Amino acid sequence: MNGLDSLYQELILDHSKHPHGQGLAPEEGRTASSHQHNPMCGDDITLRVRVDDAGQRLVDLSWEGSGCSISQASASMLASLVEEDGGEEGLPREDATRLIEGFREALRSRGKIPLDEETYADAAALSGVSKFSARVKCAMLAWVALEDALARA
Amino acid sequence: MIPSALPDAATFDAAALRADFPILQQQVNGHPLVYLDSGATSQKPRQVLQAEYDFLTSSNAAVHRGAHTLAAEATDLFEDARETVAHFVGARPEQLVWTAGATLGLNLVAYAIGNATVGRGAPASARFALTAGDEIVTTEIEHHANLIPWQELAARTGATLRHIPVHDDGTLDLDAAAGIIGERTRIVAFTHVSNVLGIVNPVAEIVSLAQAVGALTVLDACQSAPHLPLDLPALGVDLAVFSGHKMLGPYGVGGLYGRSEILEALPPFLTGGSMITTVTLDEAGYLPPPQRFEAGTQPIGPAIGLAAAVSYLQDAGVESVHAHEVRLAERMRAGLVEIPGIRLLGDAEGVERVGLWAFDVEGVHAHDAGQFLDAQGIAVRVGHHCAAPLHRRFGMTASVRASLALYNTESDVDAFLDAVSGIRTYFGVNA
Repeated sequence: MNGLDSLYQELILDHSKHPHGQGLAPEEGRTASSHQHNPMCGDDITLRVRVDDAGQRLVDLSWEGSGCSISQASASMLASLVEEDGGEEGLPREDATRLIEGFREALRSRGKIPLDEETYADAAALSGVSKFSARVKCAMLAWVALEDALARA
Repeated sequence: MIPSALPDAATFDAAALRADFPILQQQVNGHPLVYLDSGATSQKPRQVLQAEYDFLTSSNAAVHRGAHTLAAEATDLFEDARETVAHFVGARPEQLVWTAGATLGLNLVAYAIGNATVGRGAPASARFALTAGDEIVTTEIEHHANLIPWQELAARTGATLRHIPVHDDGTLDLDAAAGIIGERTRIVAFTHVSNVLGIVNPVAEIVSLAQAVGALTVLDACQSAPHLPLDLPALGVDLAVFSGHKMLGPYGVGGLYGRSEILEALPPFLTGGSMITTVTLDEAGYLPPPQRFEAGTQPIGPAIGLAAAVSYLQDAGVESVHAHEVRLAERMRAGLVEIPGIRLLGDAEGVERVGLWAFDVEGVHAHDAGQFLDAQGIAVRVGHHCAAPLHRRFGMTASVRASLALYNTESDVDAFLDAVSGIRTYFGVNA
């Protein structure tokens, strides 16, 4: 696989064209939102979370935004991951935090730390982004928005 | 001295002068580098590096102080450089202030006017003082560097900011300008050539509107100085800025041109050493321009490097450089309009242009398009190019920009066009 194809894997292009979790859910129950913007390229996302009454579980994630295929695919993959891992009960807050931290560590590793497919599912395809330092922020945008929204929820 | 690979102006041969630009002789991602980002920063010929090297290894000393031999030599080289660069833009040496670059030059002017507004430099500076309700006019197409300093000046002084709109084809709306520039207008700040649109703006018309109401004119010449024969006094503007690193010169140096009576009446922005006459513990007197605006140790080596850069452009023949770049830009346009899904910004007919095109690729974000081109060794700029309001005006957040310089060749343009034609296929958006 050449350098470009390792960045733009089929899965990434699929997610960017058919994004998952797009369209903000209504502000019902305990919700919080985060708006993130990358001034370098104009990537923009608003991400909303709903947590359970105790504030311990992430029960819904929705987003809307615009930007490059990496930023859009990353938001879509994150939404899928949260939905799959959370199931009926929702994703424990600490699990979400662990996922975000692991993702950030891998993306900042300049290709040294791959994302584990079992943990990250489709989002593991974003491992290739870490070799393109100018694009790391694109991939991080939705994850930073989730981190920020959870801190407010 | 390194012998120049420059051909005669009459037989301009970009391929030959590339020997002076070692950086261009490399492979990037397995392809020969095609550098199409000179609008952001130009590459530097060996002659510029050599001029700085020679200065630092033979004559380096602080200028305008000290009586030793090196200090005198350095001062002569520094002032010779000022004369060379001043002549390059049609000015006299005392009309050229060294700055750290165009952004600093524009901030210098805005802050000096702010200082005049609170009475510094009175009575000579009273002509610049702003009062609430005075108007500062810019345009919708400005680089952030020629927008935000005026936003801040307006906020500090109570002046109002107004903007000349742009037509869909990228030309400025001069009818609207005639309505906007009026009795309350005190400053008209505008770009000679937009770094996104590449169109040479009608400086004479705007200057004439400004002069009719006694407004100060400030020109951003960053994208014209490297590419057009430039005579700032003939353009009639009061002040103008340009950036060294965009015109084959080093980073950290640029020029502020001012008409003599304007510079003489303007109070300083930065203060400190080298710009004073007498100093007591409580107050100081200031030198005449240009030294009044050159506080502290100046970028001496870079200034000497910039003089070498403009000499290089002069040796190449600025007219020939312009003709070469325009020819390449026409080739680029002809190819781009044949590629499905490409929308050019500022594709006005019958206007004078420099060699750059910004464009949108339908269905592909600019960042992705730029990445695809980079994989083939082609360096372009992606994003809003520090002109976010302009992109918003055209309903977009980002574009791809290919900008040419004298060292680009037809094969650069052809490689670029070939790669651009593959973008939408790669990202699966071919109609």
